Amino acid sequence: MYPLLKKFSRLAFASVLAALSISTVSAKEITLLNVSYDPTRELYGEYNKAFAKYWKAKTGDTVTIEQSHGGSGKQARAVIDGLPADVVTLALAYDIDAIAVHELVPKDWQQKLPDQSTPYTSTIVLLVRKGNPKGIKDWDDLVKPGVAVITPNPKTSGGARWNYLAAWAYANKKFGGNEEKNKEFIKALFKNVPVLDTGARGATTTFVQHGLGDVFISWENEAFLAQKEFPGKFEIVTPSLSILAEPPVAVVEKNASKKGVTDVANEYLKYLYSAEGQDIAGKNFYRPRDQKVAAKYTNFKKLDLITINDPLFGGWQKAQKKHFADKALFDQLYVPSNN
Amino acid sequence: MGAFTNSRALASARHIADPQPTNARTEPVWIRATLIAITFAFLGVFILWPLLTVFHEGFSKGFGFYVETFKDPITIKSIELTLLTAAIAVPLNTVFGLAAAWALTRFKFRGRQLLIALIDLPLWVSPVIGGLIYILLFGRHGTIGPWLMDHNIQIVFALPGIVLATTFVTFPFVARSLIPLMEAQGHAEEEAALTLGANGWQVFFRITLPKVKWGLLYGIILCNARAMGEFGAVSVVSGHIRGKTNTMPLHIEILYNEYQFAAAFAVASLLSLLALITLFLKTYSESRTAQQLREAQELTIVSK
Amino acid sequence: MFNRFTPRIMPGFGLSLGYTIFYLSLIVLIPFSALFTKTFSGSWAHIWESISEPRVLASYKLSFGVSFLAALVNGFFGLITAWVLARYEFPGRRFVDALVDLPFALPTAVAGIALTALYSTNGPIGSFLFEHFNLRVAYTPLGIFVALTFIGLPFVVRTLQPVILDLHADVEEAAACLGATRWQTFTRIILPALLPALGTGIMLAFGRAVGEYGSVVFIAGNLPLKTEITPLLIITKLEQYDYSGAAAIGLAMLLASFVILLLVNLIQWWNDKRTAHDTEEN
Repeated sequence: MYPLLKKFSRLAFASVLAALSISTVSAKEITLLNVSYDPTRELYGEYNKAFAKYWKAKTGDTVTIEQSHGGSGKQARAVIDGLPADVVTLALAYDIDAIAVHELVPKDWQQKLPDQSTPYTSTIVLLVRKGNPKGIKDWDDLVKPGVAVITPNPKTSGGARWNYLAAWAYANKKFGGNEEKNKEFIKALFKNVPVLDTGARGATTTFVQHGLGDVFISWENEAFLAQKEFPGKFEIVTPSLSILAEPPVAVVEKNASKKGVTDVANEYLKYLYSAEGQDIAGKNFYRPRDQKVAAKYTNFKKLDLITINDPLFGGWQKAQKKHFADKALFDQLYVPSNN
Repeated sequence: MGAFTNSRALASARHIADPQPTNARTEPVWIRATLIAITFAFLGVFILWPLLTVFHEGFSKGFGFYVETFKDPITIKSIELTLLTAAIAVPLNTVFGLAAAWALTRFKFRGRQLLIALIDLPLWVSPVIGGLIYILLFGRHGTIGPWLMDHNIQIVFALPGIVLATTFVTFPFVARSLIPLMEAQGHAEEEAALTLGANGWQVFFRITLPKVKWGLLYGIILCNARAMGEFGAVSVVSGHIRGKTNTMPLHIEILYNEYQFAAAFAVASLLSLLALITLFLKTYSESRTAQQLREAQELTIVSK
Repeated sequence: MFNRFTPRIMPGFGLSLGYTIFYLSLIVLIPFSALFTKTFSGSWAHIWESISEPRVLASYKLSFGVSFLAALVNGFFGLITAWVLARYEFPGRRFVDALVDLPFALPTAVAGIALTALYSTNGPIGSFLFEHFNLRVAYTPLGIFVALTFIGLPFVVRTLQPVILDLHADVEEAAACLGATRWQTFTRIILPALLPALGTGIMLAFGRAVGEYGSVVFIAGNLPLKTEITPLLIITKLEQYDYSGAAAIGLAMLLASFVILLLVNLIQWWNDKRTAHDTEEN
């Protein structure tokens, strides 16, 4: 036992040393931590390589970008709690605003980069099984009895908030601004939801892998990706009206300046707007802001898009308060389904 | 929970020879057959089938793909992190377990029961809470988090936080498997050695440790199994930085969420394999614990 | 502070107890105090609201209810399994015996994805149940039940096994000599002797199931008011930046667990008293 114990203590000592060596970053190499939301894994997987190559060619420095993915709200919370993110690339402005409240990101972060700091956009579409057996054509069809709808929980998932607001906008147009009718519509829609995952990726897995539900309300890029991963099994239905989903990006200046990487972090986000950055976004099914690049990608259908700053919503702070805060509309309207 | 499994070793140790089943103590053949069949069916559906599923899904894309999964640097990193975490948490809890078992079985003092209850606390708390408490303490808005951040010490969302959360959930295992064993063994031999002039450390290393080594190993094995597999607590403090703060269970979740089901199950199968090895070692050390107890009891009988 | 009843022959009291308390404080007690401080940093109204809103109440009902059901089922099958393993010889006994511990050793996330793969309507068991009985398992309370049964299984078996091994042979033989049928012997003699241990085992399985997170999130479907377990709600609260709410729910769960712990100890104490009594009679 004696030698065994000795071996253990030696191992523990070595481990502590190893732990210490991990936390010290050597000066010459630059590491950035990009804290992002769920569906951007593939996008940043590709973009990080491209940026590292660009940065090496430009400055000679080696930059390694570490990625963390999860539900947008959860990721924002982790950054507020001390996850040392240098840049955040989240699903909606509300989550970056929450970080700004804690003074990690400047209050005017949306003015730091073009297009309110959203280098790419997406929208919300409907993904159905091959042959569209339930004949889904528009939002109307989702409230019909017997249609099972998959969407994540708007209280935890950024994507699901876009889903909810898109449905709200459609109802508002249909009923000519009758708020009570809008509520009825949302209530009926969520009555058809048999599973409410916490994140967009979990919901995709539920629909795609576990075969639950007839229609999946999804980020457009997630829908294309599911089609690519499982060819011939799904069809995308573009509704008549949807919302312009704007996933924003920001440098977490407090963390970046402490680490001395503010310049690289800024450049990292700026390069998203370059021709190459925009092209990678398009390749990964995000709608590029750059019209020239966007013209290359013909798979994006044209549709009526409402924005979050439309008077109907009045920006994220207002929308959050009215719809998603505790005891707000979603809590009032959500009644679990009975199938 | 180690304590409960160990009490089985204690019981079987008490039965130096298992009583032969006689007619009065057993059931008709058909009842026996039915009960055995129910046991097989229940364990088959609830335990064996899920286990086989892991391997079946892991190999669903062929052996080549399976091997390829483990060449991915991010997967390798997660394996390394899991092993490193266990290599720190398990020895810490082992030293603690020995100290606690010594204090609790060699001395009677007021508050002893309370101390045992507190040692059990982590078993009764949701692992999620196990993670949350460290965020509340070391997070940027926690009690001492701001001071640590100012001094560039990162606890949560880095290795120390993962180790702490793991240590918390595996806290009682070694202590709990040693306490009943050392209680049952008594300390006559230690006292004899002390009267003969041995010092405390000599007694501990030469007498106590050899006496409990199988029970100790058993506790370490349980502790290690849980340390490598913990999900809830680690998920809260990890920060999910790929190739840096994702342990194997977290990496499985990520692969699972990336449509890489076969890869997720491949990594899961490696963890399952570790679980199976654990079971094998555990069964072995359990029988040795029982044997050690029998020897201890025979010795008491002889000395009486 | 401490009364030592043992004469000071054994060394190391100060060192071992001191280290035990130091380490316990460092890893468990001090971090835990943060949970209390955080909970009570909110107003009482907020605390009460957090732990009593309908969604949270529904999750208690689900977490405690399904855990209890799973523990009961484990009690029934666990009794049979423990009996079979303790009393019968059959091929594969050692293998089955080792298998019982698998839920201890298997990481909960692995159990979660494996059970989901098996019981979703695409999986081998799930599709069978769905086609023949129109029964959905994954993403319903039934799925949570399956996962909690899985993780609670070893507790009942492992608490019962030593007690069955310890049963006195002569009592059963005497009963048989006096003309009792085997069923009478079982219900009148064996079962009463096993009840306290069975109760403890069920309580342990229950306690473990209430806090379980890893295996359940994959299979639960997480529908508010329907399949949302309490540990998941804690995470949800965290994601909405509501820390004191999360801490309050955590504390409420801990209190519930303490009540369970107390019950287990009471049962054990009752059991100890009974067995002590028995030995005196012998």
